[in-house]
Amino acid sequence: MSGIRGGAYIVGAYEHPERKITGSSVPQVLAEVVSGALADAGLSAEDVDGWFGSSEQPGLGGLSMLEYLGLTNVRHVEDTESGGASYPTHVGHATAAIMAGRCDVAVVAMGGLPRSLPPHRSVPGPEDPFETPYGISPVALYALAAARHMHEYGTTSAQLAEVKVAASLHAQHNPAALLRTPVTVDEVLDSPLIADPLHRLDCCVTTDGGGAVVVVSPAVAAQLPGHKVKVLGQAEAVKPAGAAVDATYTAAVWSGPRAFAEAGVKPGDVDYASIYDSFTITVLMLLEDLGFCAKGEGGRFVADGGLLAHTGKLAVNTDGGGLCNNHPDSRGGMVKIIEAVRQLRGTANPPVQLPDVQIALVQGIGKAIGSRHYSSTLLLGQEDS
Amino acid sequence: MSLLEEATLPVPKAPVTPGLEPFWAALAEGELKLPFSRVTGELVWYPRAADARGPADLEWRTASGRGVVYSVTVVRRPAGEYRDSGPYALAYVTLEEGVRVLTHVIGIPPEDVRIGMPVRAVVAEGADGAVLLRFRPVEEGA
Repeated sequence: MSGIRGGAYIVGAYEHPERKITGSSVPQVLAEVVSGALADAGLSAEDVDGWFGSSEQPGLGGLSMLEYLGLTNVRHVEDTESGGASYPTHVGHATAAIMAGRCDVAVVAMGGLPRSLPPHRSVPGPEDPFETPYGISPVALYALAAARHMHEYGTTSAQLAEVKVAASLHAQHNPAALLRTPVTVDEVLDSPLIADPLHRLDCCVTTDGGGAVVVVSPAVAAQLPGHKVKVLGQAEAVKPAGAAVDATYTAAVWSGPRAFAEAGVKPGDVDYASIYDSFTITVLMLLEDLGFCAKGEGGRFVADGGLLAHTGKLAVNTDGGGLCNNHPDSRGGMVKIIEAVRQLRGTANPPVQLPDVQIALVQGIGKAIGSRHYSSTLLLGQEDS
Repeated sequence: MSLLEEATLPVPKAPVTPGLEPFWAALAEGELKLPFSRVTGELVWYPRAADARGPADLEWRTASGRGVVYSVTVVRRPAGEYRDSGPYALAYVTLEEGVRVLTHVIGIPPEDVRIGMPVRAVVAEGADGAVLLRFRPVEEGA
């Protein structure tokens, strides 16, 4: 047998309820989300024997956080950094570790306070001398992808705006969302340009908080009373900027097909999708690269409410996504998992809860699609899927 | 012909990576030199002195300086050293030699820079002697 299909279950999930946090610290946020996810699973800190975190953990990764959190029974630690794509990757890696017998109860957690704590500066990469002096930023690097996509495929700013409109229509039903007021295409287009062609409302929110999920072996899952979400497949891929970057596609062209193959499902089988939405262009290009529509057709796919729950072509980001709900620590991958779990459990906000969700997709991106980046694609399903 | 000109935008000082000194030394002399691997024959971009196959054994060849805009954005909220510089055009330019470099297109209003526009390399020199590769539109009839 190869692949991770059915090798583990997500049995607990917790999204920090706040979006602006004062008087706290990143370890405190992690403590809140880990205890919340364990309580949701019906497990305790003593049960945890696997830990998956990324570089936002203060100190030396898991070494510092496991001591702080009092997780003393951990025997498998992974501090894999893939930016916002880290967490769907962690779920896949946790499943593989569980299948290898290295742990039975794995916690994947993240948290951050970007509104009050300045982002930590990592050691400059070898590419920095040839890029950083030009005054680059995430929004500018995504804008370079958007501009080229428009040039090659005729994608319009109004089509990009539709991604934000759909997110806002979903977010109005999410009491915890940072932005709950529906917006129109015109309001997106009338918002100030930040990096052409991206407007302020093409950009995700900056929020404090975080989230955690608990991934367990089938044996542990069988002893728990709650709703279990089966891990069906996961794949990650890296796309270098390379000698001559092609900014019109993402690494999801590689992670997507491998994750679908492992899960034994096709894009047409997906009932709900959490698609990384650092910017509106991110969603549009990922829908193409994952095979929900042909390359270049993303603009037409998202138009006319294409991403809306119940009435759209594919229900995407029913919590309001990073564009309206939550993008904690500028890393959207964890919240993406949690909303997919809610849709499979039937616990999404009632107006956006889809009927009979069998298969859910989670798509993460780390760093910038107009340059080098990570992609991680995770497929989840019902217990009997 | 020297590509050097007085900078119209800030020129942040780029750290010089060991093994890549010839790139910056050439720019300081007003020349664009690109690194070719003597091992693979390929143009190495971004420049690096080694990879998993071993040392690249770089040969620095003078580039034509001609290119075409592949993509462009106007950065409307400049930050860091560009805080006071006003909006600028951040672009990918495809060089005649085949590589695509992240750069600025200067000399015209940033919103007038277009994908497909032919451009030529210039070397912006800051007051402190720092240098940075930028591009200007090719003049009509040039």
